[in-house]
Amino acid sequence: MRLRSVTVYALALTVAASVAACGGGGQESAPASAPAAAPAGQRVDPATAGEVTGTVVLDGTAPANVAIKMNADPICIKQAPGTQMQETFAVAADGKSLGNVFVYVKDGLGNYVYDAPSGIATIDQKGCRYIPHVFGMRVGQKLEILNSDPTLHNIHATPKANSEFNTGQPIQGMKTEHTFASQEVMVPFKCDVHGWMNAYVGVLDHPYFTVTGADGKFALKGLPAGTYTIEAWHERLGATTQSVTLAAKETKDVSFTLKVPATATN
Amino acid sequence: MGPVGRPPGLLFQPTRPTPTCLTMLHRFATLVAACTVVLVLAGSLVTSTGSGLSVPDWPTSYGWSMFTFPPSKWVGGIFYEHGHRLIASTVGSLTILLAAWLWRSDSRRWMKRLGVAALGAVILQGLLGGLTVLFFLPTAVSTAHAGLAEIFFCMTVAIALFTSKGWILGAGQVDDGWLRRATAATTAIVYAQILIGATMRHSNAGLAIPDFPLMFGGLVPDHWDRQIAIHFAHRLGALVVTASVIAAFVRVWRRHGGTRALTIPATLLAALVVIQVTLGGLTILTKRGVWINSMHVVVGALVLATSLVLALRSWRVKFRAAPASNEAEIAA
Repeated sequence: MRLRSVTVYALALTVAASVAACGGGGQESAPASAPAAAPAGQRVDPATAGEVTGTVVLDGTAPANVAIKMNADPICIKQAPGTQMQETFAVAADGKSLGNVFVYVKDGLGNYVYDAPSGIATIDQKGCRYIPHVFGMRVGQKLEILNSDPTLHNIHATPKANSEFNTGQPIQGMKTEHTFASQEVMVPFKCDVHGWMNAYVGVLDHPYFTVTGADGKFALKGLPAGTYTIEAWHERLGATTQSVTLAAKETKDVSFTLKVPATATN
Repeated sequence: MGPVGRPPGLLFQPTRPTPTCLTMLHRFATLVAACTVVLVLAGSLVTSTGSGLSVPDWPTSYGWSMFTFPPSKWVGGIFYEHGHRLIASTVGSLTILLAAWLWRSDSRRWMKRLGVAALGAVILQGLLGGLTVLFFLPTAVSTAHAGLAEIFFCMTVAIALFTSKGWILGAGQVDDGWLRRATAATTAIVYAQILIGATMRHSNAGLAIPDFPLMFGGLVPDHWDRQIAIHFAHRLGALVVTASVIAAFVRVWRRHGGTRALTIPATLLAALVVIQVTLGGLTILTKRGVWINSMHVVVGALVLATSLVLALRSWRVKFRAAPASNEAEIAA
């Protein structure tokens, strides 16, 4: 009897040791008694941080935005009366400056570390549109998806680096939360119910991103001194990059020019 | 043999259905085949309108049971996707009835099995439809869904043919080995062409070659990638199908011009191929216009079914003859 108990204990220990040795499937776990690891890399000093500002302009004439036919859903017509246009080319009154362009630091940040993203990014489905049409958020940040319309929507994200999802929101006021695990520029959103609805989110592991306003202007604030590759991305015109060297406390103005191909359509 | 006898091998033994019952069975099988055409159209409209994921859940619809989902919510893409699901459910229910009817009324064991196989196919088809929604329309699953749809449609058409008076009486039989091989090959080629088309459609390669009838201004593409290769294969397949159909058409009219059981499907097949090639060209020229694109899918299915009917009638002589008594019963 005693021998059997010893055998059972020995077997249990062997199994436990094997599990401990193999466990985790690639996830390394720190010893239970070890303190939480301090983040590697340095933090940005706000006192010496600089800024990159600028404007995104068009080289050429953007095609006119297409009118949206919302007659597939009478509720959409009621929610968004009058002529509704696509938001593909948000061109300012000067005919050159371009809004809805995602501008971000693509490279050059090294191993800086940042505070975890605070606050919640939000995308609303209102008037059978996505608001905002283009936006940015951080890896791991909470995204609140809201349906403010009294009709149903599905929000369908089609990322490449992250997991695809397709969530139905049939009731007005419904909220869904989502986080992205990996950096990705850009993640498209679409509504398969209302084919005209689309939006784009840039997901980054740092806070240096923005979207040009209606006047085509942007500002990337709080950047430490360094040389950066900055990219301006537009949903139809693609992306263009520039290398910018920024000294401490410096503000540098750069302009991006996006060429409109002769064959560009909305 | 009198009508009350029951000799071995009688075609319809178990419940000894009346000729009216047999005619009803044939009509019902034809109805199922016709409903399947509507289902194929509904499915093609889902893809053509990009509505495949407009109802994100399955088998429920936005959390409702498919059958209680309020019609007021059938808006935008939901109209197509939910409509497709409802029509599919209807066809599935009709197939259950058809399989049961065949099981009860048709003495041919292989016909009972064909009915069960059709039922199995429609169930599997429903599962593939659900899986493709839940996994965001992977090309392989969506193409399999399209491919099985054609097989199921062919099953319903074959059942309608096998229960027809003309088939049972063996009307218009010819013994032409060349025609048998040619029509069987044509049917296989058409099916392969449909699979290539489905792959093209579900891998978003429908406009990979944007001009028609030329390809990037030439007779062959001047550059290649995977999508262009798939698209090119579909155009090449159209030529092979056309040549194959012409060969069968000429053979039928030259050798069997008096056999309506062959000349009718052969002529219909040739006409459908002309329409189908036209629709294929228009699909590109209209940049995949929804209805043009969808009708291209439907006519493709009709080409396949007509080719199958021609092939089966060419092979009729190889099927076991129906007993004389049964022929008399049907003829009555």
